Amino acid sequence: MHPAFQGLLTIAIGVSGCVGYFYFSNQFLDKVLFPARGPNAGRNINRANIIRPWLFLFPALAALGLYLAYPVVETLRLSLTDRVPGGGYTWVGLDNYIQMAREPKFWEAMRNNMFWLIIVPAMSTAFGLLVAQLTDRIRWGNIAKSLIFMPMAISFVGASVIWKLVYDTRPAEQDQIGMLNALYLFFGGSDPQTWLTIPFWNSFLLMIVLVWIQTGFAMVILSAALRGIPEETIEAAILDGANPFQIFFKIKVPQIKTTILVVWTTITITVLKVFDIVFAMTNGQWETQVLANYMYDKLFRANDWGVGSASAMVIMLLVAPILVWNVRNARKEME
Amino acid sequence: MSDIAGTKPALRWIVHASVLFLVVLWVVPTLGLLISSFRTSDQIATSGWWRSLFPSEQNLTLRSAAPETQVQENGIYVIEGNLFDDGTQATISKWGVSSRAVDAFEPGQTAELRKGGTIVVDAAGNYRMENPEEFTGSRGARVFVSAELPPEFTLANYHKVLLAEDSTDSMGRAFFNTLTVTIPATIIPILVAAFAAYALAWMDFPGRALLIAVVVGLLVVPLQLALIPLLKFHLNIGIGKGYLGVWMAHTGFGMPLAIYLLRNYMAGLPRDLIENARVDGATEFQIFTKLILPLSFPALASFAIFQFLWTWNDLLVAKVFLIDASGQTTVMTNRIVELLGTRGGNWEILATAAFVSIAVPLAVFFAMQKYLVRGLLAGSVK
Repeated sequence: MHPAFQGLLTIAIGVSGCVGYFYFSNQFLDKVLFPARGPNAGRNINRANIIRPWLFLFPALAALGLYLAYPVVETLRLSLTDRVPGGGYTWVGLDNYIQMAREPKFWEAMRNNMFWLIIVPAMSTAFGLLVAQLTDRIRWGNIAKSLIFMPMAISFVGASVIWKLVYDTRPAEQDQIGMLNALYLFFGGSDPQTWLTIPFWNSFLLMIVLVWIQTGFAMVILSAALRGIPEETIEAAILDGANPFQIFFKIKVPQIKTTILVVWTTITITVLKVFDIVFAMTNGQWETQVLANYMYDKLFRANDWGVGSASAMVIMLLVAPILVWNVRNARKEME
Repeated sequence: MSDIAGTKPALRWIVHASVLFLVVLWVVPTLGLLISSFRTSDQIATSGWWRSLFPSEQNLTLRSAAPETQVQENGIYVIEGNLFDDGTQATISKWGVSSRAVDAFEPGQTAELRKGGTIVVDAAGNYRMENPEEFTGSRGARVFVSAELPPEFTLANYHKVLLAEDSTDSMGRAFFNTLTVTIPATIIPILVAAFAAYALAWMDFPGRALLIAVVVGLLVVPLQLALIPLLKFHLNIGIGKGYLGVWMAHTGFGMPLAIYLLRNYMAGLPRDLIENARVDGATEFQIFTKLILPLSFPALASFAIFQFLWTWNDLLVAKVFLIDASGQTTVMTNRIVELLGTRGGNWEILATAAFVSIAVPLAVFFAMQKYLVRGLLAGSVK
């Protein structure tokens, strides 16, 4: 069957299945199980209303439970077991974690991830704030924002190709086709560099790709926050003779502190999951390994589910504080 | 900002200049790839894309017409023609007939050919070869030129990438596969999440607050954790690797954001509206389909864009749940990574393939930016 036809068929089946489920389950509840007539009409309506929310929720809860909650438990279990050749698992306790801790590649990934975690959220938020502030009242600000926001729509893989061309290297006697080398030579560099193979610094070149993508996100959120600041506070500061920098750092930034924090944590989560960029640009060679790619390596190249799951749990552990913080904020907001 | 920009012209100028600088910084890398996708592989390999906008000095190896075209004039054999047989408007500055001295002659000078006879080449590439004896061999004489060539762009790369039968370069199938993954994976989660979001926003039941907290918590669970358990699950229930699996996976992974966005939006709808409908005897199902769904269109559109961009641009989920050894179900992001590995030097194919995959999300982005921004603002946990 042609995949396009298959796709259309699935859309039809999936959509009508969903609609059908919701429609008929409600009909069943109201007409068959607890009909709103007869001697128990009142009680039946109440009973139906107790059950109905769960009819509405069931498919979503099933998807959430199966695809997000269950894997957390299962991955934890896998990280504490080893596969036995021929099927089955043996309990190995913390062996996988110990084995992982002995691997230099894991520590390389941890070290790089720490740099990613500090630099990408910081730079994206800083650039986002800068652009949001600068474009706020200039006439072509919306066009500028739109263009800086654009990389959000580009896939990590597409962005990797874009930046790989920027970092491209040709032998010294040839014309450079990568912008970075062309600029480097123009400003007096002696030899063209193969940027992505220079240990330590190459990680930063990969981070630039993510900063380039995430700045737009930070800008959009912070721009809205800046506009939400009450005018009076700024006018009062001007009357008191504050200069533009004081207004920005002492009046505006403190008022949008929580938004900055939200942006920061959201980007932090993206950073922890970053896989495609490293996978496509260096595949972890030349000391650019990160946790997500290390995990992929373990799971699908080394076929070691134990250590792979252990490294996934490390990612989960790093996300956990943000998870708790988010849940707490959400609950506070609802009260 | 008016306090800054309005009062001090110098500062205002600096603001404009720095915004312009940032915009250029952000746009130029993409522009480079876009321009490269319209250049031939020779052009990409020999000069930076920024030079393609101006006439460029290039060293070319060209060939005169074959000896079979020679004519006899006054007892000598003559071959005439233009080195640029495709009509290129070039200006030759130096030329030569030996690979060891490619710039031995100025336009208009006469050179001795190794196999006998002479050749004259002018600046426009017109040449005249003369020989008292007959020219022999099957191919014309090689001529090396340094020439100034005008900017030249081609659509050949797109033709090759989109329409070529040759499966190594073609993105046609991958484009289709990506579409097949994306559309159901966008529509189904919206439906499922909308019902759940309505229940969480407007129905009263025990445990509601707890469920909302769980959704917020699941919002940040890395999908990396789900790879092995769910691949195992898919293999156990017999769907293995394929479209069904990838649709289900995307539905699951998109669910927390979908519920969160839609619930927040629906909870903000006016209470009177829903209460009135209830008093008028509408069932919850009717309220949802006739009232809530149409009113929630902005939130639905926001999430649809997110989910579309995310599934279209995804690599990891497709690699794990969809792409099998046969390679028939590959998606574009995966093709591009393969091209990066096997044909890292073939920038014309790579750039074009990347742009084919980027074009659709960019179009969606610019067409529906309003909803995307709205969704971002609602979706970041406050």
